[in-house]
Formats: sequence, structure tokens, C-alpha cells
Amino acid sequence: MIRVVLPHHLRTLAKVRAEIALEVAGPATQGTLLDALEARYPMLRGTIRDHVTKQRRPLVRFFACGRDLSFDAPDAPLPDAVAAGAEPFLIVGAIAGGAAGAA
Amino acid sequence: MSSVRVLAGTRKGAFILTSDAKRDRWTVTGPHFAGWEIYHLKGSPVNPDRLYASQTSGWFGQQIQRSDDGGKTWRPAGNQFTYAGTAGTHKWYDGTPHPWEFKRVWHLEPSLTEPETVYAGVEDAALFKSADGGTAWEELPGLRGHGSGPNWQPGAGGLCLHSIVLDPSDPQRVFIAISAAGVFRSDDACRTWRPANHGLRSEYIPDPTAEVGHCVHHIAMHPSRPRTLYMQKHWDVMRTDDAGESWQEVSGNLPTDFGFVIDVHANDPQTIYVVPIKSDSEHFPPDGKLRVYRSRTGGNEWEALTKGLPQQDCYVNVLRDAMAVDRLDACGIYFGTTGGQVYASADAGDTWKPIVRDLPAVLSVEVQTLSHP
Repeated sequence: MIRVVLPHHLRTLAKVRAEIALEVAGPATQGTLLDALEARYPMLRGTIRDHVTKQRRPLVRFFACGRDLSFDAPDAPLPDAVAAGAEPFLIVGAIAGGAAGAA
Repeated sequence: MSSVRVLAGTRKGAFILTSDAKRDRWTVTGPHFAGWEIYHLKGSPVNPDRLYASQTSGWFGQQIQRSDDGGKTWRPAGNQFTYAGTAGTHKWYDGTPHPWEFKRVWHLEPSLTEPETVYAGVEDAALFKSADGGTAWEELPGLRGHGSGPNWQPGAGGLCLHSIVLDPSDPQRVFIAISAAGVFRSDDACRTWRPANHGLRSEYIPDPTAEVGHCVHHIAMHPSRPRTLYMQKHWDVMRTDDAGESWQEVSGNLPTDFGFVIDVHANDPQTIYVVPIKSDSEHFPPDGKLRVYRSRTGGNEWEALTKGLPQQDCYVNVLRDAMAVDRLDACGIYFGTTGGQVYASADAGDTWKPIVRDLPAVLSVEVQTLSHP
């Protein structure tokens, strides 16, 4: 099982409270993981990646095992620890800003 | 026995306010969809318990939510808005071609006859329709396919289709308005469209009387007079009595004719309401006084309505879809502000009070007048 943590707004949309455990068919990649997520929670289609192009939405990021996986290829294998369920796959709404001197 | 339900869309969720017909005590529920921008909610005139909501986020995109119990519970319907065919380009602010990109749904207009049918006005400007309660959406491509589409340019708020007016006397006729393209009319159930902007004059475009390119902020119709429409344009309040063939300015004695909202009294099609805003550079009421202006003559002669509204130090805005009326005998008028107040008048505008005052910035207000056996 792969563990997935959704950002707050997608949790409320999908009506889930905690981490999700997903069974992923075939090799564990971002693409197969998101396919499984959207199959179980159809309301999440279009919220993480584009309906048609399957491109990640610009302000959504993917983190796991202390790394930013946002720019990994959709068919690249997920880290072993994620595939084994030891570490969660984090879907994150990007935090904008951070400029020096910002209030 | 009647009651009133006010649907308020805000920057951080939806709120539903209910009252009996006296309209002096209100119950507030919400936030629904907390933290999401709710551009618009509206109920079906055929089935008032069927509500539609446009839920949107810069991070996570668009959702259409649907309720079948008057807003007590909701469920996601559909969210795939794909332009028909090759999307093409419109003009960007600097005049260069820019690809058509779906951003959000600004306005939902349920059918007057079919509760499962609903229209959506979206940014970048296009008209979509769902015939299954908001689950599947299909673009009605005749509008964007109008020859002027590649020359449409966004207003300051984006290239948004924000007004959809269905003619209750003719199911083939639909009016829409786009900022900043103008008004278009279809007489064949949205298959083909033509601009309906003759008489508009906009000094901020190269040809002030161009057929297309006007920054129309909102249009409104009284159902008993479907050939008469009222318009709050960027500047100017306008009126047509021939279904958009020609428009005349009716700004009259308004202190400023810039603004966003306009609406019509439910029981008197000649009585209309606007909220003047100082200018396109200063989006707040003139002199810090929040005043609704009422014309009982369909424009030109306006009176300020101030009783119960703040008359000093008020610097809120009232956005284009944030005014509505109820259908009770003493017509109720409602509007929401960017300061989070929803003001209501139960006497056609003579007196006002806030029915809720500390919401997030209000993006839209709709009102349902409910009859109970």
C-alpha cells in the first residue's frame, strides 16, 4: 500500500480526514499513483493534474523522503520507501511568497 | 407562507442566510467549502432545493458543487471544462495573441424549465452547458466562434463571461456579457450569436463605438419585459428597450456612473438599483458613503438610498454579481461588499441593515423566494 497525504483543501473536497492508503496496480510511479487516487476519489480529477494533458497543476508540488519529486517524470519509479509504504507521498499546495522583507 | 434564502459566495467559502418573510431575523450557515473561493451560487427556478455552486482555487482549479436539499448538503458534480475544438487565441492585455485557457466559472445560470440543465459563464470567456446536473459540461462553441473572438481582450478582472440572461418568453433567446468584449445575443438557443452593443461608447478603446470591445460589468432584465435590459458598464449605466439592438445612456444624475452591480425591482420593471463606485482607479464609494441609487423611471432620475448604510469612512466595493432581489410583495433588495457585509432592505431600498457583517469578501449574492404550503 502506498501512503498519500493530501493538502487540506483536497481532503475537504474528497471528504477524507487522514492519510490515504492506496493499492497501486503495476509499477509504482507518480502516474500510476495518481491514476489510483483519482479512481478512488473522482472529485480529485483535474485538481492535481490537468484532465487532458495529465500535467501537474502549476501550484501543486510532490514531496517524499525529504526530496522534491515535482519535476520527476510521471513514469519514473517512486522511491522505494514510498512504494513500500514506509514513507508517505506528500501532495502539497505550493506556498507562494517568501521574498525578503515580506510581512 | 414564504421565506427567503440568500446565497452568498465569498473569497473563503459559501454562506446561506435564511429568514421568514418579515426578513428581520436571519440565520447564517457556513462556511460551506471553507477556504475555497466561491464565485457564484444559484438555485434552480424549477426546483429551489437544487443549488449549484462554483468552487474554485488558484491551486486546485475548479469544482461544480450541487445540492438537492437547499444547501444543507453538497456533493461535487463535475469539473472538466474543455474548450471545443482548437482553443485558439484571444488578445492579451498588450494586444498580442494569447491562448484561450480555462481558469474558473464566474457565473452559473440554471435553466428556467429544466432543473438538470445549467449554463456556466467562464474565464477565459466561453459559455458551457450541462444537461445532467452539472456533471458533464460541453462548450457551446458558437459564441467563441463568433468572428470577433480572436480580438476579445480581458478586463482588469480577466476575460470573463459573467452575465447570462435567459429570456423567459422565448427559450431560443439568450443574452450574455463578457468583460471586455460586450453583450452578445443568441436567437437560436446558443447556436449562433451576434454582438448587441450598438449605442455603447467607451473612451478607453481605440474606436469608442466599436461593435465589440466594451467592458460591460453586468446586465439585468425584468422577466415581464424581456426586451428591456439594464447595464452597468465600466463607465455609464445603459438601457435597451429593443433586446439589445440599441442602448441609451441613463446615468442621469448619478454622482458617478462607474460601478459593477445593477438589478431590477421584482414587482416594478421600471425601478432599478445601482451602487455607484468612485472610479476605475478607486474602487470604493464616493466620499466614503455607501449609497444605493434607485431610479423609479428606468434610469436618468436617481435618488440616493442611505438609511442604514454607512455614510462615512466606508471604502468597500460591491462586485458585479453581488446584488439580488427577492420576490415578496414589498420587494427585498440585497447586496454584498468586499468588506464582508451583506446588506438587505425589506422595503425596496428605503431602509437597510446588515444581515451579516463579518464574512470574507463577498463575490456574489443570489436570493431565492421560497413558498411553503
